[in-house]
Amino acid sequence: MRITCPNCGERDRREFYYQGDALALSRPASDAGPEAWDDYLHNRDNPAGDTRDLWFHEAGCGAWLVVERNTVTHAVHKATLAEKVKR
Amino acid sequence: MGYSGFRVIKEGLFGQKGWKPVWRDPEPKAEYDAIVIGGGGHGLATAFYLAKEHGLTNIAVLEKGYIGGGNVGRNTTIVRANYFLPGNSEFYSHSLKMWEGMEQELNYNVMHSQRGLINLFHSDGQRDAFARRGNAMINQGDDAVLLDRDGVRELLPYLDFDNGRFPIYGGLYHPRGGSARHDAVAWGYARGADQRGVDIIQNCEVTGIDIEGGVVKGVQTTRGAIKAKKVGIVVAGRSGQVAAMAGMRLPIESHVLQAFVSEGLKPVIDHVVSFGMGHFYISQSDKGGLVFGGDIDFYASYAARGNLPMKEHVMDAAMTLMPMIGKARVLRSWGGIMDMTPDGSPIIDKTPTEGLFIDCGWCYGGFKAVPASGFSFAHLMATGNHHDAAAKFRLDRFRSGVGLLDEEGTGSQHNLH
Amino acid sequence: MRLEAPAQTVTFSFDGRKLQGVPGEPVAAALLANDIRLVARSFKYHRPRGVMSAGSEEQNALVTVGRGAQAEPNVRATTLEVSEGLEVFSQNAWPSLRYDMMAVNDLAAPFLGAGFYYKTFMWPRSFWEKLYEPVIRRAAGLGALSGKANEDTYEKAFAFCDVLVIGAGPSGLMAALTAARAGADVILADEDTAMGGRLLRESEKIDGQPAVDWVHNVLAELGAMNNVRLMTRTSVTGAYDQGTYAALETVTGDTAKGKPLNCFWRITAKHAVLCAGALERPIAFPNNDRPGVMMASAVRAYLNRWGVAPGKAVTIFCNNDDAHRTARDLHAAGIKVAALIDSRDDAKIDGDFPIYTGAQVIQTKGRHGLSGITISHNGGTRDIQTDCLAMSGGWNPTVHLTCHMNGRPTWREDIASFVPTPDSVPGMVTAGACNGSFSTADCLAEGAAVAADLARGLGLKPKVTVPVADDAAYAVTPLWAVPGKGRMWIDFQNDVHVKDIKLAAQENFRSVEHMKRYTTQGMAPDQGKSSNVVALAVLADATGRGIPETGTTTFRPPYVPVPIAAMGAGSQGKGFAPERFTTSHKATVARAAPMIEAGLWYRPSYFPQAGETHWQQSCDREVGFVRNAVGVCDVSTLGKIDIQGPDAGALLDFVYTNMFSTLKTGRVRYGLMLREDGHVLDDGTTARLAEDHFVMTTTTAAAGLVMRHLEFVLQALRPDLNANVISVTEQWAQFAVAGPKARDLLNAVLDQPLDEATWPFMACGEVDVAGVKGRLFRISFSGEHAYEVAVPARYGESLFRMLTAQAEVMGGGPYGMEALNVLRIEKGFITHAEIHGRTTAFDIGMGRMISAKKDCIGKSAAARPGLVGDERQQLVGLKSKGADNVLMAGAHLFETDAAETRVNSKGYTTSVCYSPTLDTHLALGFLEDGRARHGDVIKLRDHLRDITEEVEVCDPVFFDPTGGRARG
Repeated sequence: MRITCPNCGERDRREFYYQGDALALSRPASDAGPEAWDDYLHNRDNPAGDTRDLWFHEAGCGAWLVVERNTVTHAVHKATLAEKVKR
Repeated sequence: MGYSGFRVIKEGLFGQKGWKPVWRDPEPKAEYDAIVIGGGGHGLATAFYLAKEHGLTNIAVLEKGYIGGGNVGRNTTIVRANYFLPGNSEFYSHSLKMWEGMEQELNYNVMHSQRGLINLFHSDGQRDAFARRGNAMINQGDDAVLLDRDGVRELLPYLDFDNGRFPIYGGLYHPRGGSARHDAVAWGYARGADQRGVDIIQNCEVTGIDIEGGVVKGVQTTRGAIKAKKVGIVVAGRSGQVAAMAGMRLPIESHVLQAFVSEGLKPVIDHVVSFGMGHFYISQSDKGGLVFGGDIDFYASYAARGNLPMKEHVMDAAMTLMPMIGKARVLRSWGGIMDMTPDGSPIIDKTPTEGLFIDCGWCYGGFKAVPASGFSFAHLMATGNHHDAAAKFRLDRFRSGVGLLDEEGTGSQHNLH
Repeated sequence: MRLEAPAQTVTFSFDGRKLQGVPGEPVAAALLANDIRLVARSFKYHRPRGVMSAGSEEQNALVTVGRGAQAEPNVRATTLEVSEGLEVFSQNAWPSLRYDMMAVNDLAAPFLGAGFYYKTFMWPRSFWEKLYEPVIRRAAGLGALSGKANEDTYEKAFAFCDVLVIGAGPSGLMAALTAARAGADVILADEDTAMGGRLLRESEKIDGQPAVDWVHNVLAELGAMNNVRLMTRTSVTGAYDQGTYAALETVTGDTAKGKPLNCFWRITAKHAVLCAGALERPIAFPNNDRPGVMMASAVRAYLNRWGVAPGKAVTIFCNNDDAHRTARDLHAAGIKVAALIDSRDDAKIDGDFPIYTGAQVIQTKGRHGLSGITISHNGGTRDIQTDCLAMSGGWNPTVHLTCHMNGRPTWREDIASFVPTPDSVPGMVTAGACNGSFSTADCLAEGAAVAADLARGLGLKPKVTVPVADDAAYAVTPLWAVPGKGRMWIDFQNDVHVKDIKLAAQENFRSVEHMKRYTTQGMAPDQGKSSNVVALAVLADATGRGIPETGTTTFRPPYVPVPIAAMGAGSQGKGFAPERFTTSHKATVARAAPMIEAGLWYRPSYFPQAGETHWQQSCDREVGFVRNAVGVCDVSTLGKIDIQGPDAGALLDFVYTNMFSTLKTGRVRYGLMLREDGHVLDDGTTARLAEDHFVMTTTTAAAGLVMRHLEFVLQALRPDLNANVISVTEQWAQFAVAGPKARDLLNAVLDQPLDEATWPFMACGEVDVAGVKGRLFRISFSGEHAYEVAVPARYGESLFRMLTAQAEVMGGGPYGMEALNVLRIEKGFITHAEIHGRTTAFDIGMGRMISAKKDCIGKSAAARPGLVGDERQQLVGLKSKGADNVLMAGAHLFETDAAETRVNSKGYTTSVCYSPTLDTHLALGFLEDGRARHGDVIKLRDHLRDITEEVEVCDPVFFDPTGGRARG
């Protein structure tokens, strides 16, 4: 599996650490309530198909990326720097 | 039809003509008392115990493909009861006891083999953590022995005791741990359920769950609508999709776990060996294949296949731990889709919809749980009450934080297990 | 039998018998040349078996090569190259290949049908593990591992290319040539010892010249191009995501001189062309497994390529035109063709040998080698004497790699075979026989055409010239099984025959996956390469379905089995994980300190002195001098993260539960970090060196984790913060100097002396250490007056030597992990033994460290009802009744009168030590409502080590509870 890092170009999967659904970017306020926090921490759409998830180019430039890819085919569509993603 | 050595000889003499179908292929009825969605190990066991323990025989198992085609047919077949957190302890203890009677209960040889499991440790700190686990196992009434380095050497002389990257300090030995023939478990439960009148319906995919006023009414399938008063979802690997049909979002991410088998070899590994530092575990099948695996690939996936980095990592671990394995060859590798929950432990619970139940989230430990999961899920579906052995597998534990079951201590949030 | 005497021979042995072979030829060819037909026993019934194929798909001729640690089981004699002194052994037979006792299984075969073991061996229950299973295990398996540690060398490598061509037959050579001539970077890989594929085995012409000459010319051209890498003996074993392919290379050369046996390649290719050819399939007729029954194409391969005739009177049995070549080539070579038997009534065959059309082989004879066959023909039967039967049931395109990413092949009725479904593997195209195009002319044209397409896609300008070659159409009429008396074998390796598959169908194992798993067809070392299509055709027939409807099982990687040592190359011994060494490592080892692993680091356990025979003696001494004089400990392994920027304080406020933005410059603060799920992630101290400059210390174990976490917070959660983090763990060597004489010791190495007023407890700042700019932190993990002094790593070793030498002068010295652990337990300081991932701030008595004034990671989740409350197990100290009453970590805690069961377990111990300071055994642990129970006596029970002790519950700070020593 290979991901194109916006900083470094196409790199092998073994350079990256995986974190999970990109909804982790949308951290609720501390007083948002248990339901919002339950949804943030635990509940997932877990799509069989296109998804957005977070990867860390740990053995590369150290950038956190939002990767758009497909969980069924493993096709990787796009990777964006997490700090540049609108939230 | 009863199975026995006598019967095998008799059929052998008469050209095997008398063997009957192990299960029927009935057409789905318009209505059942209960429907189990998913013809894997857990689903078939649920149906079996609904029929056997609760007398519910007007029930159906709906399977979108062929039965036993999911994780029950693609795991590394390890059976153990070496958990330490209350909630898990009693459940897996119960399950192991059920394994010990499974052949007789099912009249089917699932080749459950209690050859002993050894979890290796490589530091004082790991020894202390395994001691806590071993003591918890004995508290529960199960068996555990703390081996020092020489004790491990006696059982597993082929490990690298001198040059390995992580020196072997000892191991937690679980003599009743072992393995079984995975497919046989699915087939044995299918046969037992079928004999008790359960309709096992293959090639029947559930496409919708009918709910009226918060009460389940039945399911839509590729073979038509089927009514039912109770519906159980037991579809590891697709739990999120089926739960979504009932408007639920689950605390589950799907990940791929790879497994490997070598070419057939004469007996060389007589136990189940687990090397936590390297995320590696191995046993040898009765046919002679070394069956082994490692960690999940670490990315959400429904592809049932993995990539090279984890494969190589598994072989790397094998080579540092037991360098005598080098000349064995990997014959086949495959992947299973794991329902990964935040804390690494399963869910057996009611849902907000009356009459709809769910059994999911087995992560990579579902095989050994098959009998107790089926037994306690059947109990829940039939009686509406949680069985004592599985009372802690609640869906709301994440929200409340009460009774989290994080055996690995890596967190009750996703992607840490 | 050899057609001609070879120019050069070498001696090898088979089961100890010395034989002559030609260097480089397959062992199978050499065995056939020596008229050895019985080479193996089958898996289940131990039936005599001979060489069947001429490639990696071989089912029967599996042998063990070599001796001792170098013995390699299950090697295909069809791919193993003959060399001088090579030792080959048969396997799975006892006492000998010819007289194998286990062949008794064959007599019991009527009772051992598919899945019989699921129906018996259940009574009595205990007999399964004691009797049945051991017997089954011993009988099963093929070759044996030596049980000795691997002694050979293996390698792994990466490669990159524009176009990976898999298979160097006619289509592969044309594909590689076309792409390479256009300028693409090409890798051409073929599993054989020489490139050319089928062209090396056939008597064909290309452009009017012998095909082998054409192959030679193409390889010469490719070999001269620097954009081409030719990889023989290299099997592409798997197709993975984004154009990643695995390949196994058998390396040639002198392994005694360190050459590897195998190299495992990870090839990244923009495009791949699969030109893997096709595999001939057998016909299931009665007793079709005798040694001497072979594939028709294999007979041609041995004849045309290796000059070996597998028999003296050969018969051919087929359902297609292609196999007729075998008869023609044999005849041309002067070998007797006893008969050509074609099952098709309308087959058109010319030849000066007996020909039977519309005929079938219905029986064979010869226990250890074929001696004759019976055919049915024109309503009657006829016996034919023959010692070699070449069979061909048609060809299966080698679609395997196209299925590795869950692609399913498509059934083509006209050739009665599965062909690849386009786009099954993104970036991969197929050409030639693996695509169902069988004539040489079609193979050449397709290979050129697909490569030209790819080259154009790469922006190149390919030219396509296709040579002239044989374009005979392939004609086949399916014939799967021939009924008759005796077993009709389908999976030769796992001993599965037609009746097994019918029995599976009868018992409702009708899904092809069920049939496979029930009968074990396709699960042997060849993974059904030969048997799959025949088996599912028989299943389709038994279940009244068509073949496409019946479907296939899934081909999964690897295409050929890969040695674990090859995929795990470099990891044996220490290579599995990096080793990290502190700057004091050499000096520490020189003091004979046993080193232990701390994550990837090595740290000293203790520093033994003359006369000390037990680690406890050293440890007690080290604890003693820290409490009474001064000790030195290398703490460089702790994570050090440099944090700079105007918002550095705000970042720390967000990742720590407590406030850091209020910390004064020149001061250090202890911080507690949570995971977002509310449990403790890590703890440590962070120093403020300047207004916008902090240095964070993490535990050794969590250094990488915390670094990743900080980057996540900065980039993903708080990109608004202007701060930067970088790991400086390896840039600084850091030493703890602890004990009442710590300041005196430091003053001996610092350029300016320390005093209490400028260096109070929890102060930090820059210092000059023997002329080197360093950092000093007045912090303590021992409870003593202590400092940590840091210098750039290159000065670490000298500083360690200076500090330890000076400490020894002052009655102290270096101390190791054992003493460090005792010191911290005496003080109730926690490590990851306590913050093991399930612990909350509440549990360790730090609930109030979660600041109410701000948000932080984990704050909301930590407030969940389940993460606080009296029923949670809380950190406590436990004291034993004295020096003789040893405590154990991992023991459970009970009320003194309670039975030691799960429901009664109230907690457990995490860390234990003997405290020389207090002369008793201490433990830290977690106990239900523990903070309310100080003073109570409870029971500690360790079943595993059979230890029961009554212990007193107390505050976890056993020593100097007011902390006066650290401040003084």
